[in-house]
Amino acid sequence: MDMNEIKDIFFQECEEQLAELESGLLRINDGDTDPETVNAVFRAVHSIKGGAGAFGLDDLVAFAHVFETTLDCVRSNKLQTSSELLKVMLKSADVLADLTAASRDGGSIDKSRTSVLVKELDAFAKGTPLPASAPEPVKQEAPAEPAPQATDDSGFQPVPFSFDGFEDEAEAAELPDEAIAGRSVFTVRFKPRSDLYAKGNEAVLLLRDLARLGDLQVRCDIDTLPPIDQLDPEGAYFSWLIRVETDKDEEAVRHVFEFAEWDCLIEITPGSDDEAFSAPTAAGEDQPMAPVPFDLSMLEEEPVVPAETAAAVVVPIAAARPAAVAAVEEAPLAPPSLPRAEKALAAEAEKKESAVAAVPAAPQTIRVDLDRVDRLINLVGELVINQAMLAQSVVENETGGSSAINLGLEELQQLTREIQDSVMAIRAQPVKPVFQRMGRIVREIADMTGKNVRLVTEGENTEVDKTVIDKLAEPLTHMIRNAVDHGLETPEKRAALGKNPEGILRLTAKHRSGRIVIEIADDGAGINRERVRSKAIENGLIAADSNLSDEEIDNLIFHPGFSTAEKLSDISGRGVGMDVVKRSIQQLGGRISITSKPGKGSIFTMSLPLTLAVLDGMVVTVANQTLVVPLTAIVETLQPEKQDIHAFGPTQRLIAIRDTFCPLVDVGHILNFRPDLANPIDGVALLVESEGGGQRALMVDAIQGQRQVVIKSLEANYTNVPGIAAATILGDGRVALILDVDAVVTASRGHALSSEMTLSATG
Amino acid sequence: MRVSGNDMCELIAFTIGDQEFCVEVMAVREIRGWTPATPLPHSPGYVRGVINLRGVVLPVMDMSQRLGMDRTDPSQRHVIIVIQTGSQLVGLLVDSVSDILAVAESAIQPAPDVSREMGRDFVQGIIPIEGRMVCLIQLNALFGSIESEAA
Repeated sequence: MDMNEIKDIFFQECEEQLAELESGLLRINDGDTDPETVNAVFRAVHSIKGGAGAFGLDDLVAFAHVFETTLDCVRSNKLQTSSELLKVMLKSADVLADLTAASRDGGSIDKSRTSVLVKELDAFAKGTPLPASAPEPVKQEAPAEPAPQATDDSGFQPVPFSFDGFEDEAEAAELPDEAIAGRSVFTVRFKPRSDLYAKGNEAVLLLRDLARLGDLQVRCDIDTLPPIDQLDPEGAYFSWLIRVETDKDEEAVRHVFEFAEWDCLIEITPGSDDEAFSAPTAAGEDQPMAPVPFDLSMLEEEPVVPAETAAAVVVPIAAARPAAVAAVEEAPLAPPSLPRAEKALAAEAEKKESAVAAVPAAPQTIRVDLDRVDRLINLVGELVINQAMLAQSVVENETGGSSAINLGLEELQQLTREIQDSVMAIRAQPVKPVFQRMGRIVREIADMTGKNVRLVTEGENTEVDKTVIDKLAEPLTHMIRNAVDHGLETPEKRAALGKNPEGILRLTAKHRSGRIVIEIADDGAGINRERVRSKAIENGLIAADSNLSDEEIDNLIFHPGFSTAEKLSDISGRGVGMDVVKRSIQQLGGRISITSKPGKGSIFTMSLPLTLAVLDGMVVTVANQTLVVPLTAIVETLQPEKQDIHAFGPTQRLIAIRDTFCPLVDVGHILNFRPDLANPIDGVALLVESEGGGQRALMVDAIQGQRQVVIKSLEANYTNVPGIAAATILGDGRVALILDVDAVVTASRGHALSSEMTLSATG
Repeated sequence: MRVSGNDMCELIAFTIGDQEFCVEVMAVREIRGWTPATPLPHSPGYVRGVINLRGVVLPVMDMSQRLGMDRTDPSQRHVIIVIQTGSQLVGLLVDSVSDILAVAESAIQPAPDVSREMGRDFVQGIIPIEGRMVCLIQLNALFGSIESEAA
């Protein structure tokens, strides 16, 4: 594994940490007072800082450090959370994400924004009233991390690090009864849980860090070590009793265990506990151990000793135990040197890898390259087609009563379906990451527009295909911006209207009949139909005397070139807003609509297919060609009677359906499969719902049946075909085209199909 | 394909009517028999439609019509030469595959300066072989214009 791969993993983990960070902050914002939430937030920032330090990403380290400092104040209850603080912290989380992205992709970020936040964070950290004896809230850097950059004006001072202290260790180890003047003594009881090792931490490294603070006396308690046959190779059995004599404070001692504190029992008490040190160990067979001066050189040379997980596996424990004790007693004292520290780090990294591999985590996950999953999906698609072909040829060859073949075929079909479902499930992902990203968008827009907005998300664990998720972010961003910018009123206006000055934006995801439905609801002013109407007339979109229903007026905002924003802003309202959204959702095979109540707000509802790989379609015949019509578009099918068909002008025909007249569209004609219009009475009409309201009856020759089909791109080897959404392969092995219902309906309104498509291809 | 030292290229020759053409062998992915294609609406006439090539939707182009000659009336004996250009696969409908040629690059003569679209756009050069004449097809020119014409 080379450095870049490790770095990639770091950035992947950063993404997770950032998500954790944001959701944690939001939970706190919503009134979560669980200290574990604060801890989780702190951990996230700390992990990013640690990793960034290892890769020398100084900007990231510097900012994460300041952020972490403030978070630490919250964690230690020195700083009360307030909505102002959380606002700053959420912004800091955004900046941290930006910095991470900038470190990954190159590029730069707005330095002024960072420095403002650094000052704000700092003010919060500093503004905390501190007990007289307490140290600065700013903590020391972990030794492995580079010093923060100049942006760090938080009062951080590099701690001069000297190895001199170790030279006196032999003397100091003579168990001085009194602490040297100005130094304090702490007793640390440290019992790691197996998690500590599983996460790649190492007791020995912690002890070594501790030794840097001053003089140590360490005693290892091995009483709980079970006989070899009961020993869990990945368990943790040792505990340590440590006497630290240092000129640092308790905070510094605690800081050593910072990475580990969730995975061990740690108890730090001021003063020396000589009694504990002199007490014999409970296990009778062992010699009472004298407190052993803890030696650092041994740690590198005999990593086996404290690394009990490793030792337990490698050597019989009975032999290992005396060896361990002997090593501790005999090993000479030597000051640690820097190269050794590096070696230890490398060893740690190595251990981390092996430990991670061995740990049995509760819900196990693996990272898989998306290409591999896509390949699998393609293969399953082939399997589905082949199975259908096989089934058809069996029917055609009329092996007839051969029940064995039919039975086998049936089972194959079932298995294929199951495999397909399972593979699709691999790609199914919760919409959570996208929803979380929206939180940031809302904050930024709210800041820019001076509005007060709270984003409420629901159903963020709703799962949908990864490809859909990836394409969801853009239209969603656009709609959220639109909702904040146009939908919600300013706080003053809201207050004047007797509404809560804080606007609420509700983002909901749910499954409904094989599709995912996402709603964006605001409690703003709703659509001003008067203005939309007059604007549409002004822009020539509708005739001045046209009679439109409220719904039709609302849907005008999806019309290309429509924008009601009075002032054009960077945020939205460049006149390309909602039609772009609508188009990108249609490209996903989705639909979007709006409902609005004046004064109460608007709800945008979009419904999307759960996957872009398969589609439920109605297989129809048109001019001797087989076409697939997406089932979701079809409202109903009907057999036209002669008296239902009415001529309308020279070429148009309408069909009467329960007293309403609906334009009839000859699919074969519009796709140029036949030059003349077919006789409607010979065919079947599919009533389809088109975007923007209005129904059309699509004329086809016959219906063959309903089938789930695998979507194949036409663009891969050819190009976009007007009126055709994609292709598929049917049971007879032939390619069938999937009809683009909306394009056909649009074409039937008089736009030439090809020119319409050219526009959308360039636009 | 070039063979070191000799500047040879290998070509696959095919016939359309009584004329002989060839393409570089490296561009050819496979050769298969004709199967009925699904016509694509609003496509240029020489695009016969799409066929299923083991799960890949493959557009098939009528070479005869593309080169300005008659539209092919395909039968079982006609073949489709599957060509790869860039990342795209395209099938060329021709009468039959006739030969595999190894030709010195120096033997390829420039296309004559005629005004017909075939000579101008699609023929990279002509090769004399044992008294026959084989036209080397320039593949990129063949596909470059599909998109603009289709749209």
